[in-house]
Amino acid sequence: MGDFAITDCALAIVATGRRAQTLRELRDVLRDVHPGCIYHHFWGTLLRPQFAQLEYNNDFASWCHHNLHDDRIAERLAVINPAAFANMDDLRQELLEVIDERLDETEMMLFAQADRQFHFVRSIIVLFDTHRRLLQPDELAVALPQMPAGSGFYHFVDARRRQPRQIDDFRAWLLEWGPEYRSLCEALAEIDPYFDSLFVLRERLTQLFVNAFPPFVTLGLSESARREDSG
Amino acid sequence: MIPDSTAPALLDRYAEHAGPDAIEQLRQLASRLTGLKVVHVNSVPWGGGVPEILATLVPLMQELGLDASWETLEADEDFFSCTKTLNNALQGKPVAPSPEALQLYEAVNARNAERLRPLLEEAGVVVIHDSQPAPLLSHCPDRRGKWIWRCHLDLSQPYRQVWRYLRGFLVDYDASVFSLDAFVQPLPHLQFLIPPSIDPLSEKNMPLDPETLSQVLEQFSIDPQRPVVLQVSRFDRFKDPLGAIEAYRLAKQFVPSLQLVLAGGSAVDDPESAEVLREVREAAAGDPDIHILATEHYSDRTINALQSAADIVLQKSIREGFGLAVTEAMWKGKPVIGGNTGGIRLQLLDHRTGFLVDTPEGAALRIRYLLSERHRMGQIGQAAREYVRQSFLSTRHMREYLTLMVTLTHGDEDRIELG
Repeated sequence: MGDFAITDCALAIVATGRRAQTLRELRDVLRDVHPGCIYHHFWGTLLRPQFAQLEYNNDFASWCHHNLHDDRIAERLAVINPAAFANMDDLRQELLEVIDERLDETEMMLFAQADRQFHFVRSIIVLFDTHRRLLQPDELAVALPQMPAGSGFYHFVDARRRQPRQIDDFRAWLLEWGPEYRSLCEALAEIDPYFDSLFVLRERLTQLFVNAFPPFVTLGLSESARREDSG
Repeated sequence: MIPDSTAPALLDRYAEHAGPDAIEQLRQLASRLTGLKVVHVNSVPWGGGVPEILATLVPLMQELGLDASWETLEADEDFFSCTKTLNNALQGKPVAPSPEALQLYEAVNARNAERLRPLLEEAGVVVIHDSQPAPLLSHCPDRRGKWIWRCHLDLSQPYRQVWRYLRGFLVDYDASVFSLDAFVQPLPHLQFLIPPSIDPLSEKNMPLDPETLSQVLEQFSIDPQRPVVLQVSRFDRFKDPLGAIEAYRLAKQFVPSLQLVLAGGSAVDDPESAEVLREVREAAAGDPDIHILATEHYSDRTINALQSAADIVLQKSIREGFGLAVTEAMWKGKPVIGGNTGGIRLQLLDHRTGFLVDTPEGAALRIRYLLSERHRMGQIGQAAREYVRQSFLSTRHMREYLTLMVTLTHGDEDRIELG
């Protein structure tokens, strides 16, 4: 089993200059917009500070609700799970199909106000090495509360598009240890990262690991250190 | 002067506000840019948001190991009168400088280029702020580095004739930076979105003791026992000081003890402000509860004290590039009522970190609401401060500038791995 290297991250935002004022325009731009835009409007949202739970978990759905006032399409877009798609082009195709379906069923052409258009942007993700390495899974219980919010994003959200099985980095690492941590992995799978702020997400993850490894956290010792101690 | 060896390093002082991880991010990014010669150029050394930002970012870049410097234009009042018209047009007003004024604009830039050319041509990165120095690039044919145009204005609906003119000077830049996605105009290069920031260590944003606040209120005959609504901004029509007075009048019908403070310095590059100030004085009509503070250039500490002492801060702008006065008030934990425009929208998450309004009536309603539900003032103020801490401090701003420079000097990749 390899070490778990804690990575921090931040996004730099690049404008494309492309915008949409109607659902049809949104569809037209989506057809050929830079794949990084699709990533950003699904995942980048989560790296922004949140002060209330998100109503919609991607920018497309949120814009349709708040600016087109079309809740049917907003709800259908919101239910798309981006992690279920192997790549951005598959995700793009799903978006186009959902939007086309809505365009087929309605005669209405809803407009956003001129100053409320959808602006397509993409992001450059910058990865920082925190120089923190974990040797044993129980060390996560101690490390998680001290992780930068960006690490939560990188390991729990962004990981879903990097990992071959579309899972977070914590589960990917725990699964390397065999069946021992299966129930912990199942509990991690239950956490939906798309509604809470990264700070709340970090608290929920911490709680999960603290519950899984209580005595070691209390002592501030990792399982490996404890073994060495008792040995 | 010998540096005080006991004083904490600049970056450590920022870490107290932004956290050590934010500083580590800066160090890792800067490690790719060590020794890079970066020159910022803007119009004036003080007055308005741009000089304030540069006064913070340039020393921070130096501390991070970049060879950063800051130059300003040498220009007279006629030049600034022309660039004020340019800026008004870029923010949507259908006005254009005369051909003679534009000739002067270009001539002043040519003259400044003579002076600055050696520095600009040898720099690794040149950052040109706003429209005033935009033509400098055209006078530096042997430039070696990357040139970035940084737009601090709301360019969402520019007067097209003027935008087309300015665009001619911008197409050869390597990148541009806007504060918001809505401000972006088509240009043939990379366009980054970087909101500006405030400096938590500056005189304007550091915590002040209650005595200082009392002294400043007393200095301007503001009654500390009665509610104070404050707007800090230049006397500029886009800031809508007349709308602020109207909102105050509407709210005062329900809160008779209300006081309004309009505090506005002036900037060398804004010759229109005297006219707007006259209109504001007329509208105030001698009301003793409207305090117009405009007779001198107020120190940052004075503005800080006014913001810290106010109950509510208003920024009733109808156009706003970003609205740093909003950020400053939020950092002081104040509930802010802002015009539903430009960068104010990015800061005030309606009902959470402040209120967005479209009319003086809307502003009056929120003033009344906050003064009758005082516990909400505290809740909103606390959320506002945290939002600024996470999003609008100089450290975040610096990180994005460094990322932009790494991208320009190392290639445009979707992922940059450091450390």
